[in-house]
Amino acid sequence: MKKTDLLIIGGGPAGLCAAAMAAECSAHALVLERNPKAGGQLVKQTHMFFGSEKQHASVRGVDIADILLEKIARYPNNVELMTSTTAVGLYEDGVATALYKEENYFKIMPRAVIAATGAYERPLAFPNNDLPGIYGAGAVQTLMNVYGVKPGERALMVGAGNIGLIVSYQLMQAGVKVVAILDAAPKIGGYLVHAAKVARMGVPILTSHTVKRALGETELKAVEICAVDERFRPLEGTEKLYEVDTLCVAVGLSPLAELLEMRGCEMRYVPQLGGTVPVRNENYETTVENVFAAGDTSGIEEASAAMVEGSLAGLCASAKLGFVHPRYEELRQELQGQLDALRAGPAGKHIREGILSIVAKGGFSC
Amino acid sequence: MEEKTIVCRCSDVTLEEVKNLIAKGYTTFDEIKRITRIGMGPCKGKTCTQLVLRELSAATGKPAAELKVQTTRPPVTGVRLELLAKEGEGHEA
Repeated sequence: MKKTDLLIIGGGPAGLCAAAMAAECSAHALVLERNPKAGGQLVKQTHMFFGSEKQHASVRGVDIADILLEKIARYPNNVELMTSTTAVGLYEDGVATALYKEENYFKIMPRAVIAATGAYERPLAFPNNDLPGIYGAGAVQTLMNVYGVKPGERALMVGAGNIGLIVSYQLMQAGVKVVAILDAAPKIGGYLVHAAKVARMGVPILTSHTVKRALGETELKAVEICAVDERFRPLEGTEKLYEVDTLCVAVGLSPLAELLEMRGCEMRYVPQLGGTVPVRNENYETTVENVFAAGDTSGIEEASAAMVEGSLAGLCASAKLGFVHPRYEELRQELQGQLDALRAGPAGKHIREGILSIVAKGGFSC
Repeated sequence: MEEKTIVCRCSDVTLEEVKNLIAKGYTTFDEIKRITRIGMGPCKGKTCTQLVLRELSAATGKPAAELKVQTTRPPVTGVRLELLAKEGEGHEA
């Protein structure tokens, strides 16, 4: 059985930051990453990030992943990164099980766990939604930006949140014609700067619109859309047909927290955080002792917030195991300040409300 | 061609099938799971859960947050029996 102080599940922005912080605290961390390359969603983000310098603003996501990987590589004795390795179970006795490719299944006995497993894309139900050519927007981004595959020639995007807007722009960069962006909501959900960019390139953004059905025999040929009323009911007579070979669904993300659920952590459905998330204390510890959560797993936000949460969870989990960072208090305050800044203003209101409903005051102190 | 709205990609379960079952009185996720195998495929319910909950919520009038979903159990992805057996070699029975 493999042993470690901290088992970090997920090598995305939260997990890598947690590992780097654990190493700074002199703890040993084992990071499991399902994909062949660590970095999580950062590896396909070809756009530059917002936020502040602390979270690498103005750097492209893919380069941030490399910065984080270089950071943990500086601690070869403290951080072990296993790629192509999926955590498949968390058990009551504290044992975790993992699978490397389809070759090796093994057990791990960590002293503490940080779940940083991220999120998954939400589905949309409409007739013929299983035709080839219909993708999650994240899948299209992976195809284009990680594997260099152009998904089609003409695309329709469903969802005018940041992912929908950014992927639309990246589709155009890849030479795909984006015919329109739809959103069932009456307002554009993403940042104005992203919306303005695609609008300037001539892409109509149709709010209060949804997909009525997809058309095609063996592959997507066209999509019928229609307007919806304020209760999202389709309005008769507003149908429009777009001939496309690609339909991207970007209707939001749900936290991926199944490992925490099976471990017995108390979970709560919090719409502001994107779905079912673990209840936790101010130290990112769930209701099961020594099981922590950080990043999208505990509420959907931007990658910048996931990085800071990861650092905080790494700091707190290490302290809980007796590896107290020499500048513990100072770092905590500084990182918390960064999170507060990221969540400030009207755009962060739902996040602040959501977090209030899952965070119990207290927890251990150092 | 018949138009199908797929709610479960792993087991090819349609929205129509789910709606018919709800109309017959199967108003919990677990009942629909036992009949159709939704939530039991390799994705472990990442597509169907939300779509089925929405239908159940509409039919029962209860918010989705109050509806019970399936119990999550390991492993979260398929593991070959051969690998499980190999890991178990040398362990006490």
